[in-house]
Order: sequence, then C-alpha cells, then structure tokens
Amino acid sequence: MSAYQNMDQMTGDFYTQKFEAAKQDGTLIINMGPQHPSTHGVLRIVIEVDGEYIVRAEPVLGYLHRMHEKMGEVQTWGGFIPNMGRVDYGHAMAWNWAYVGAVEKLMGIEVPERAQYLRVIMTELNRLTSHLLWWGAYILDLGAFTPIMYAFDDREMLLDILQRPSASRLTYSNFRVGGVQMDMDDKCIELIKAFIPHFRDRLPMYHDLVTENIILRRRIEDIGIIDQDMCRRYGCTGPVLRGAGVAYDVRRSEPYSVYDRFDFEIPTQDSACSAGRYHVRIAEMEQSLRIIEQALEQLPGAEGSHIVDKAPKPAMKPPVGEAYFAVEGARGKIGIYVASDGTKTPYRVKLRAPGFSNMNAFAEAATGTILADAVAILGSLDLIIPELDR
Amino acid sequence: MNALRKHVIQPILDCWSLLVGLKITGKYFCKPLITVHYPRQVIDSENLSTYGGHVELVGMPKDPAMPKCISCMMCVTNCPSNCLKVVKSKPPATTPEQEQAWKEAEERGEKVVRPKAPKQPTKFMYDYTLCSLCGTCIDNCPVNTLRFSSNIYWVATSRKEMHIDLLARLREQAAEVSASAPKPEARPAAAQKEA
Repeated sequence: MSAYQNMDQMTGDFYTQKFEAAKQDGTLIINMGPQHPSTHGVLRIVIEVDGEYIVRAEPVLGYLHRMHEKMGEVQTWGGFIPNMGRVDYGHAMAWNWAYVGAVEKLMGIEVPERAQYLRVIMTELNRLTSHLLWWGAYILDLGAFTPIMYAFDDREMLLDILQRPSASRLTYSNFRVGGVQMDMDDKCIELIKAFIPHFRDRLPMYHDLVTENIILRRRIEDIGIIDQDMCRRYGCTGPVLRGAGVAYDVRRSEPYSVYDRFDFEIPTQDSACSAGRYHVRIAEMEQSLRIIEQALEQLPGAEGSHIVDKAPKPAMKPPVGEAYFAVEGARGKIGIYVASDGTKTPYRVKLRAPGFSNMNAFAEAATGTILADAVAILGSLDLIIPELDR
Repeated sequence: MNALRKHVIQPILDCWSLLVGLKITGKYFCKPLITVHYPRQVIDSENLSTYGGHVELVGMPKDPAMPKCISCMMCVTNCPSNCLKVVKSKPPATTPEQEQAWKEAEERGEKVVRPKAPKQPTKFMYDYTLCSLCGTCIDNCPVNTLRFSSNIYWVATSRKEMHIDLLARLREQAAEVSASAPKPEARPAAAQKEA
C-alpha cells in the first residue's frame, strides 16, 4: 500500500485520529461542532459514543483564535482597549476593567470616585445583559423558544441604556486608563432607576415560566456534577464554582474599586449540578440589581469627574514593570497580566479567560451521560467561544 | 404516604407548573406587540439619537459646512486601527514677485508675514471597514470636531462605499439643514418691512 493510499483511507483530521487511537469496539466517534447550534460559535467537541452514552469527550479549540495577546504587543497601551470588547462579547465591560485596572496599577493612577461608581454601574448592567443572554440561549438549547424572547425584551432595554454612556451596544470599549469614556447624563440615570423595579417585577415571571417548569427541572437537575474537587483541579471560577458551594467572588475576596462599600450576597448552591449553576446565575441577577441601586444612591456624593485630570494619552509610556489585575466577570475570574518595558506598546499581555478553565471540566462532567445531557451541561457552563480562544 | 406523594401529588404539581407557564404565555399574548416592524415602523428618535454609529465631523456653529478641525492629527495618531486619513491644507501659491519682495524685506530687517496654510483639512477620509468604534479619536480631539453619528439605517452594497469622505458628508448635512430649516434672520427683516 502506497503512502498516498494510506492517506486516502484515513478519515478525520489530526485530533480525530489521535482520539481514535483509544477507540473501543462498538463505539462511534462523532464531532459535535464546530457548527453545532448548542456550542454558540465554533467550539468543537470530539465525542465517543456507545449507543447514546458518552464514553469520552475532548474539546478542540482554535477555530476562533484571533491572537489578541499578540495584538497587544503591537498596539499602543490605549489602543488595545477595543480588543477587550471583542474577547468576550457577553461581558465586555469586565474585560475592559481588567485591562485598564492592570495598566492603572502599573502606572499608579488613582481613579476618581465618580469614575469608580460609573464603572460599577456599567459593569453590573453589562453582567445583567450577559446573564440574560445566557439564560435565553440556554433555554433555547434545551428546546424552549419563548423564554429567549422575554430575555431579549429586557436585554434590549439594557442595551438602550448602555448605548448612552458608551455609544456601543455589544462590544463596549468604554473604559479608559484613568476613568471612563463619557459621563452618564441624568436621563440615563433616570432610565436605570426605572429599569430596576421593572426587572424586579420580571424575575418572578422568569421563575414561574422557566425555573419551576418541570420539563426544565427534569433536564438539568442532577446532571453534570462539577464538585469542589473538580473545580479546584480545573481552576473553575464564577458561577461554576459557586454552584459547587464555594462562596468565592473576586468582588468580595479581593475587593477592587468601590465594591467593599456595597452590601450584597454571594449566592451559592450545594448541588454542584447544572441546576445549581442555573440558580446561582438567576440569584446573581438580583444581587447585581442591589449593587446598581446602592451605587446610584452613592453616585451624587462621589468626588471627581468621570476621568482623572490629565488622563494619559493612548500612546502612554508606563514605567518598566509588571502588573496583574483580576475582576469578577459574568463567567468567573478575569485576570490580566501586563508587562512594560517602558515603550509605547506593552511587552506582554496575558489574558486569563474564565471560560477556558470552565470548559475543560466539561469532558469529565459529560463522561457517562447521554448526548442530550451533554448539551445541558455545556450550556450551564455559559461558554463564550471568542473568550476561550482569545 | 410517600408513595401517594410521589405518584399522585407530585405529578399534579408538575403538570401545574406547565399550566402556570401557559398562563404567562397567554397573558403576554394578549399584550400589545413590543417588536418594531421595520421598515413599516421605526424606533423612536430618542433611541436613535443616542445610537453611536460611524464617526462624523461637527461643523462650526456659524458655518455648518466647515469643520472645526484644525488638522492637528491627534485622531490619526491615536486611532488603534488606522482608519482615518487627514490631509492638511497647503499654503496658498505665491508668485515669484511676492517671494522677491519678502526676501528684500527680510534683508532690510523687517518682519515678514507670509501667508499661512488654512487650518482646515483638504481631505478627511474615514474607512468604516476598519473602524472599531472605540471613540479614541473623539476623546483625543482638542476642538471636539468629531462625534458618533446616529446613522443607524445606513447600508452599503460594497466595501468602497464604506470609505466615507467626511468633509463631503458634512457639506451635504449642512445643505440639508439649511434647505429644510427656515432662515431665522429672514423673519425679522420681513417684519420690519411690514412695519
């Protein structure tokens, strides 16, 4: 047999062949994705199934790799901020914050109080949009179409609010080193104040329509156990970790900005299953509303303007050194490490994406479950594929 | 008792949760539509005016067809995606006689004021295919001549159309405004005549 014929007989690419080496008899290897609707983008998972049961699963990444870290090494310090909005389209503000926070730490910039409050309000509003997007899409994955309409109704109102101080609706690049892009006008604050009671009224409806629904409960309860031990091994953070009963939240454990001034709870669930993670996110939306409410109360008394005086230009030159800054995103702990060699461009930018760690727990959690449950597990991790690949 | 709960009460509660969901769906079915049927309907102008579309130039208050731009190139140097291109004006052409006169004046030790180039740019090109709408140009403009447009319904059929000549756009906008709005000065003049 010539080498050519040998090639011809091979099926699949490198990953499939590598995966196929450990194939058992009577099983089937299938690709879930990269064009599977429930993977929300281009995540590919190679799965070995025995009948309908998953024997092994392996995520394959790289279909949406856009070399953001490398781009950081050619952009100016300020010019890298728009990239942050593109890394995670769900919770872009938190990524903005992690980056500008790291640069501010490096340069020793004190951000005015008002800017801090504006950042908190914007980030929490963005967290709500992120959780609403996840909620609608997750229920859609599980086969119910109506809830995404309600979620997008509320999300639309939030986007209308958020477009005022940031001029964007999805990929925000609103934060600047030393503050935020624009101040909030009175109309915007009025709209947020009107939105909070509106959304509080909607949450019981969400609860009645979806959370209590028996079809959903049967599909997500006790499915996809990711317990504390697994979370520690994979480095899972955010709702995945809190769903396993660990009250770890960067906003509380290492309070940054003005988060230590707010009274909020960290919702946890001990069940460690998909339903636990679901309930954590729903409860987090209520807590976000509480934080926004308190921030709006304290905003008029905050000193300073929306940006520090003599804010550095985008082509700033931070002193030689390195800094790491972590914030709590909708999916977990977002950490950004920057190193400066004293020039206009960063020497190195390292992005720590929470989704990457969370996704790796999927392979272990899905082993032994049926294929339909794999979708329920994957959705409960709230994966944003551009964030995984960066 | 447990068996009764498991096999009778729980299934009834389960079915009840579905009925609750149906009730909510029915309630919202009777409510008015919240979706906007474009193009039969459009979103309200309040929402439209806060939308941040592509970047556009702001005219001077007295002459809306002329940008406030002073060609300082801050937007061009700070743009992360290099989507702006500004060409500065050249100083007006001079004749050899003028040059000669200025040279003689300089030799005599007099101060010579040569004609300077106008501050306004001759070209302000904007490549919307590259722009990431971060607003860095707007932040760094010292004279606030840039802003986000509310051009929400704009579509282009080719990439070339996405390369916008912002100066031409500003002139068009100024012409539209002056054509549609009644001139404020005309009224008092007419009133005076009548008087």
